[in-house]
Amino acid sequence: MSVVIKVEHLSKSYIIKHQGQSEYVALRDVIADKVKETLQNTKNFVTIKPIIKKPEREEFWALNDVNFEVEQGERIGIIGRNGAGKSTLLKVLSRITEPTLGRISTKGRIASLLEVGTGFHPELTGRENIYLNGAVLGMHRAEIKNKFDEIVAFSEIGKFLDTPVKRYSSGMYVRLAFAVAASLESEILVVDEVLAVGDAQFQKKCLGKMQDLSREGGRTVLFVSHNMQAITTLCSRVILVNKGAIIQDDETSKVIQNYLMFETSKEGIIEWNKENALGDSNIRLRAIKIMDQENKIRNHFFSRSKIRIQLDFEILKLDYLLVIGFDITNEEGIIIFRTYQHDTNQEEWPMLKMGSNSIYCDIPSELLREGSYYISPKISLHAKKWIIDGEPLLSFDVELNHGVSPFWSFYNKSNRPGLLSLIIPWKNVY
Amino acid sequence: MAEKIGEFDLVIESGRLRKNYWNDLWRFRELFLFLAWRDILVRYKQTIIGLAWSIIRPFLTMIVFTVIFGRLAKFPSDGVPYPILVYAAMLPWQFFSTCFSDASNSLLNNSNMLTKIYFPRLIIPVSTVIVNLVDFLISFVILIGLMLWYHFVPSWNIIYLPLFLGLALITSIGSGVYIAALNVKYRDFKYIVPFVVQFGMQISPVGYSSDIIPEKYRLLYSLNPMVGVIDGFRWCILGDRSHIYLPGLLLSIGLIVLLLFLGVWYFRKTEKTFADII
Repeated sequence: MSVVIKVEHLSKSYIIKHQGQSEYVALRDVIADKVKETLQNTKNFVTIKPIIKKPEREEFWALNDVNFEVEQGERIGIIGRNGAGKSTLLKVLSRITEPTLGRISTKGRIASLLEVGTGFHPELTGRENIYLNGAVLGMHRAEIKNKFDEIVAFSEIGKFLDTPVKRYSSGMYVRLAFAVAASLESEILVVDEVLAVGDAQFQKKCLGKMQDLSREGGRTVLFVSHNMQAITTLCSRVILVNKGAIIQDDETSKVIQNYLMFETSKEGIIEWNKENALGDSNIRLRAIKIMDQENKIRNHFFSRSKIRIQLDFEILKLDYLLVIGFDITNEEGIIIFRTYQHDTNQEEWPMLKMGSNSIYCDIPSELLREGSYYISPKISLHAKKWIIDGEPLLSFDVELNHGVSPFWSFYNKSNRPGLLSLIIPWKNVY
Repeated sequence: MAEKIGEFDLVIESGRLRKNYWNDLWRFRELFLFLAWRDILVRYKQTIIGLAWSIIRPFLTMIVFTVIFGRLAKFPSDGVPYPILVYAAMLPWQFFSTCFSDASNSLLNNSNMLTKIYFPRLIIPVSTVIVNLVDFLISFVILIGLMLWYHFVPSWNIIYLPLFLGLALITSIGSGVYIAALNVKYRDFKYIVPFVVQFGMQISPVGYSSDIIPEKYRLLYSLNPMVGVIDGFRWCILGDRSHIYLPGLLLSIGLIVLLLFLGVWYFRKTEKTFADII
């Protein structure tokens, strides 16, 4: 095995301007600044004041002394909160932006899929976009022609091949984009959070494809995702990034456990104010609370008691498609279950009204096994779009105390395989 | 350490990208055509008469100029039908001006690609020039039509036409690349470009022959690089009835080469920051 990516002391800084809100420079400002500066300097010179410039610009280090090596055929996950520097790292790796300091050495062609269908033109048909996107990724016409059938087959767009892609559903769009990028004969495949758009089945297919590429083709995969389950399925090694630096670089399960433990709230409650609430113009999530049956906020439970999860949110536009719920994830990042407010009989649905709402559900007792669990809020307009496709935000622990059988001993309880610790009655057949 | 670097075929470092740049440009050579193909395809899908636009625009301008300068102002044309005199100059000017304005917006229009995919950025403004080259060839058909209509036989000089077309191409690439890079950093250029195009048409010998410029000002007049190109086009098509002012032409060529050099230099200097500031 040889090293195919070597990152040494990689740093990237951006300049944040404190004055002027505009993102780009206007010529007027450049001229005005120069004039101001000259005048000030002259004035200082005349009045014999030292020339000191006030710091109007601040450096922001999006990446700060990052070091790691990747061997051929490895599948590496990169995780971290939003703004941790994951995307910047991928951008520097894909040569979209230059590092400020440090060096990356790579061996082999790099194909990056940082966004779904970059370079796709909405007016062009699927067929035309395959050629265009292939060329944008650096493929030659002959190469695209060879792979064409494979791309079409994988993307499952079939009869829509000659339809302008502006008529595609977002799922079809991702499928096509992923299919083109995956067909690129590259030694290294870099994939940012793009699969989040597709449906679960396609996500699985993409993960499978990436796995094949690396197992059979010996290709190296770098994969950024918030989806711990996808990371667990695909990657053997994970790099945890925070504030532009690598916090941990280890086996997948260890890093994910660590990430979930340190990155989530252990208070049993997480609240947002009006300004930073998650959501969109339909709904804004204001709080998630983990409570016992007396409505006391807790983060530690015995398995004999129920766990109450309450969501506080504000509805700005009442939409009957609104689906509200959460995922419970275990320490390995595996989703134990997902629950929505509309899962039951229609008569039992909680009422939603304009303005502030609070709804709760009780996770049954004698269900979860011992361990730590994480809650990721999931809110969407049913089958239309995600409003909050959250990552794990808060955690609680479960300690086993149910079950009285001597055979269900403590030792047995925590060592028994399985994700749940259900006690299921057995009966004789008469 | 040195021998270890040898294993890798790409090293990304601050200021290091330029070493593989020209190689990459070669590797991505098909992208020039693909982007041009995309722009042409999209234009013809979005517009009703698509192709015809590249004929209608120069044709109408030609009529207006013929009426104003030829009929009303009665500028001399040395026996050449005035429409042909105008159209021979209209072709390179139209080519240059649309290249210039298309290229200036090209990077901004493709900003999503700049921030998500790597490829030599030079490809984007240059591919707009290719699109306009296609337009140029289409509108050239009108010139042939005009010549047939007026029973005008072009001189043998016409074999030099590709040379001057090349010159127009270099002018367009040089200035287009320059303005594209400037426009990313300073959006003011969005307002400067239409002005330059409009103003440039007045100070270029499009509606009139540059023979009407007094001899002593001709060198000064040739500081506009398009003067050399347009005069060259006229000379190729109209033959010896149009004259080339040699010092002016050389000055134009010098300026054009300088422009190309400056444009590419500035573009290369700033392109690594495009993704950060766009």
